[in-house]
Amino acid sequence: MTPISVAFLPLTDSAVLIAAKAMGFAEAEGIDLGLVRDTSWANVRDRLVYGQVQAAHMLAPLAIAVTLGLSQHPAAIAAPFKLGVNGNALTLSSELAAALDPVPRSRILDPTATAHDFAAAIGLHRRKPVIGIVHRFSSHAIMLRYWLGFAGVNPDRDVTLRVLPPSLMVEALHAGEIDGFIAGEPWSSVAVAEGLGEIVAIGANIWQRGVEKVLALRQDWMEANPETVDRLLRALDRAAAWCDDPANRPALAELLSQPHHIGQPAEIITQALSGQLPIARGEEPIESPDFLLFHREAANFPWRSQALWIYSQFVRWGLAKADASAEAAAANVFRSDIYRRALAGGPTPMPGASMKLEGALRAPLAVGSDRGTLTLGPDRFFDGRIFDPAEIHDYIAGFEPTR
Amino acid sequence: MRIAIVDESGLRATILEEGLREAGFDDIHAVPPTGAFVARLERLAPDVVLIDLGTPSRDSLEEMLAVSRALSRPIAMFVDQSDESMIGAAIDAGVSAYVVDGLRKDRVKPILDLAIRRFNAFARLRTELEEARTALADRKKIDRAKAILMEQRGLAEADAYTLLRTTAMNQGRRIADVADALITATEMLGGPK
Repeated sequence: MTPISVAFLPLTDSAVLIAAKAMGFAEAEGIDLGLVRDTSWANVRDRLVYGQVQAAHMLAPLAIAVTLGLSQHPAAIAAPFKLGVNGNALTLSSELAAALDPVPRSRILDPTATAHDFAAAIGLHRRKPVIGIVHRFSSHAIMLRYWLGFAGVNPDRDVTLRVLPPSLMVEALHAGEIDGFIAGEPWSSVAVAEGLGEIVAIGANIWQRGVEKVLALRQDWMEANPETVDRLLRALDRAAAWCDDPANRPALAELLSQPHHIGQPAEIITQALSGQLPIARGEEPIESPDFLLFHREAANFPWRSQALWIYSQFVRWGLAKADASAEAAAANVFRSDIYRRALAGGPTPMPGASMKLEGALRAPLAVGSDRGTLTLGPDRFFDGRIFDPAEIHDYIAGFEPTR
Repeated sequence: MRIAIVDESGLRATILEEGLREAGFDDIHAVPPTGAFVARLERLAPDVVLIDLGTPSRDSLEEMLAVSRALSRPIAMFVDQSDESMIGAAIDAGVSAYVVDGLRKDRVKPILDLAIRRFNAFARLRTELEEARTALADRKKIDRAKAILMEQRGLAEADAYTLLRTTAMNQGRRIADVADALITATEMLGGPK
């Protein structure tokens, strides 16, 4: 058995790692997976960078930021496997939400109108709205910026973005320290269940197939241990398929609810797994079957174009300087080549290409695959923009300057 | 040199502060990571921040260090390239240090060393305390179980203990667990309290 330690934060999308250990998928590949639950993204990053763990559950933008030297000590990080797609929600205090469409589900269904309504509500609120984000390099923060920017809101000027750990968001909302937050599940569901806030937007309706957490490895370790990496990826592929099967949802929710995993009630965790989320207390749940994907549609495949999209947003918001070598380094964090090597000949169909247009699919599309059929789901951005990785400079230049 | 200690455990912060004072540092501030602690740190403008890695607020602290205009010099995590094992030891101990730009390495290292030692000592202390508590609770349980056996089976104290011990050995369990089971069973059957 090869021991591998993996650091994670208590979030619903750590499911694949937890299932890989608990359901024996890691053991079947000869891996003794040790789960290290942590309290902050900075800790997860440091444990990985300084070799205390070999793998980590990590925000995709943070993996890129560490590689580019934008988050403390620089280190080349490789992400050969995505741990899921989507899974976020924007929750506002009932007071701020009241300035939006009075029908809660309409806010979710029409993110365009909600973005404009939110922009109009900023000036009417009793203070500059304070929105909690989990990290400056979080997938949700990038998505929030994209959504606000569409409505002409400058996220660095017109609202205050405040970094708070996901587990403290609900408490901060209760104390009135923030007016809303964007974070991974189960925290929005917890806030709704406690009657403290209302979900006004979900990630899946802002970017239908948004990048979220990745399996992060140190590049040097990954290159030195190819055979172990392949076994780890095979175990995670099987675990992801298990997590995605609706028949396993009750067992998965129960597993995640355990105190050493997420430690929140199974019925709250189930809401994100099933895509049936109550968005405000007393409201019928919305139905969002693509709220969180674990495996279907090659969800774990690290499209290099998606790493480049994240980089484009770094440049757009001044989080990184435009630079050809940084662009290449960012694309290289998503290691589709390692994914292919590890899962070649396995049961999961994989796409023939490693880059694609992001946001171009309005309907499901069957694409070229090594075996069987692979159907990619619709991946539109809510504003209809399409990201062509070959035209990244035009894409960035096409956004209205907000600073 | 101004040192801020961000720690959820007030007791550990005090232990660390004492150590630093003994080592000759006198400008030390304990800042618990609650409420508006980030703003408080910003006003303090410390040269060194020692932070407990157990607090989920570390991301908030790093964000302040990245964007603050109030701090005259940038602060970054202390990384001694020549000694990465030290960072490993710090993470193991559960502490990390942020230092202002330009602070000499040989001035920071003893502070972090001391923090690691104090954090480890505190962890040992807590483990010992926990073990002492468990031992005391175990002994109370065993005494009660012995009393039950003496009363209900008319055994002498030494024999009651032998019975508990043999049962535990046969079942591969701890004596205290067997005692606990016996107490629960007796209570459920309405035996002596």
